[in-house]
Amino acid sequence: MSAYRIAANKLRTTSILSVRTESPTVKTFTFKDRECARAKPGQFLMLWIPGVDEIPLSILDVGEDGAVSVTVKKVGEATEALHRMKAGDFVGVRGPFGNSFTRKKGKILIVGGGTGMAPLWFLVKRLLPDVERLVFVMGAKTEDELLFMDGLKKMLIGRNRQLVATTEDGSCGITGLCTEPLDRLLTNERFDMAYTCGPELMIRKVFELAEKCEVSFEASLERLMRCAIGLCGSCVIGKYRVCRDGPIFTSKQLREVEAEFGSSKRDFDGKRIPL
Amino acid sequence: MGTDRLKVNLAGLKLNNPTMLASGILGYSAETLSSIVAGGAGAVVTKSVGLKPRKGYANPTVVQADFGLINAVGLPNPGISEFVREIREMKRLGVPLIVSVYGFSAEEYATVAKKAVGAGANALELNVSCPHVKETGSEIGQSPEVLAEVVGKVKAVVDRPVLVKLSPNVTDLVEIAEAAVRAGADGITAINTVRAMAIDVETAMPILSNKRGGLSGPAVKPIALRCVYDVYERVKVPIMGCGGVTDWRDAVEFFLAGASAVQIGTAIALKGPSVFRSVSRGVDAYLKKKGFRSVNEIVGLSHRS
Repeated sequence: MSAYRIAANKLRTTSILSVRTESPTVKTFTFKDRECARAKPGQFLMLWIPGVDEIPLSILDVGEDGAVSVTVKKVGEATEALHRMKAGDFVGVRGPFGNSFTRKKGKILIVGGGTGMAPLWFLVKRLLPDVERLVFVMGAKTEDELLFMDGLKKMLIGRNRQLVATTEDGSCGITGLCTEPLDRLLTNERFDMAYTCGPELMIRKVFELAEKCEVSFEASLERLMRCAIGLCGSCVIGKYRVCRDGPIFTSKQLREVEAEFGSSKRDFDGKRIPL
Repeated sequence: MGTDRLKVNLAGLKLNNPTMLASGILGYSAETLSSIVAGGAGAVVTKSVGLKPRKGYANPTVVQADFGLINAVGLPNPGISEFVREIREMKRLGVPLIVSVYGFSAEEYATVAKKAVGAGANALELNVSCPHVKETGSEIGQSPEVLAEVVGKVKAVVDRPVLVKLSPNVTDLVEIAEAAVRAGADGITAINTVRAMAIDVETAMPILSNKRGGLSGPAVKPIALRCVYDVYERVKVPIMGCGGVTDWRDAVEFFLAGASAVQIGTAIALKGPSVFRSVSRGVDAYLKKKGFRSVNEIVGLSHRS
């Protein structure tokens, strides 16, 4: 019966240790949670904002002391309430949930857009010691919204480490979407693996480029979530449950759900709606 | 999964094995249900569908309790007009398709039921027991008169088996079951979730956004078993046992109490969709070991003593 508890994961309440402002609309919250501190890159947790909502969030980082961080963009009622919270305030945590990115060693390409950067930051930290080469392409609308730029610059120093920034308004790096430099990168060089997370239309473009260049590929997807333990069906894409079979999907799986990938999701009433 | 020992006939529905997906779990789309069928389910029950779309409640909608889950999802569904498309696709699953129906009046139940059958449902399960939505569900299933009206109106417009899923949150479940059968119910599903809640001590707040929800999983199994046992003594239609079935022993207990089949939901969170196959295999091995030729031979067996 103890296995039963672990599998479904009881909610723990914990106080926020610190809040860091990443951009005008993005904050990082750190709290202690022993269970989630054992998470692997790509896994997510459910964060309860008491009296408001419970939302799925990718895990940004974990510490040996049990600290866990999540990065949250202000997009609606729940995230606005969370942005108003301070160190010492209580939140509820369930997780970690879902699968994680496969750990590869060779030549790695990582593409991140918006707050999709969070699980990729965690991934880079874990991959860096072992990889032969790592190219990180990050994109945002404006320079303000390029997340973790300073940290990544420090981490990606040296031979065979490269950081490419793109902004839609041209305020930093290459002007345009983060998929702009990819065509050239993927044509000029043979990568062993491409990882991505961000807006799904961006993921879809990266997927198509990776398919064209026959590069192994993994992406983190997002859907509406309720139970997070594979029961309620809110997060399904094709035959997969994003909370349990994902959130990380391979090219092979994404080909199977091509009709929905990058185009539709289930709304709160279960109806299929455009992304 | 199907040896002849496991085959059952429930009010005309032929199942290769006596395990069914309980309503409310993964039942939005044919594609997700196909993984449940691949996992060995003998039949599937869809999520409950009503006349109009419903978004359900804000999160948290599911919270873990000791030995079970408490949920108040709030009957989210796209409405029957949209759902008939999914039902048509679900027809290809290769196992009996039971559409769960709810309504805010007897007329609504009948309208939704008729459309579901028109789209291809093999049977219906009337949700008269949802514990967390006002003016439907258990508010209908706690009154024998109101329930009889609902069952009667539905039976008048459909020609398929009608199961009635009962709530344990009543004074006398047997009285309700008898009323349902008198009104024409072809089978009884017992039980829906047990009214429950969870409170967080740090914030002193109820965790579910709806505050109250329904408890499922191993915690409710003894309650469900007693309900099945009681109902079996008084009604002659097949009973679907539902509540905490996680392994073959649980299933056998329900058969012995009087269930002709079991429904499984919460256990999928722990064991995945293959829980249906493992339960069926275990039941089959039990029957073989004990020298029974069919699961039907053990239905209600515990009532002899």
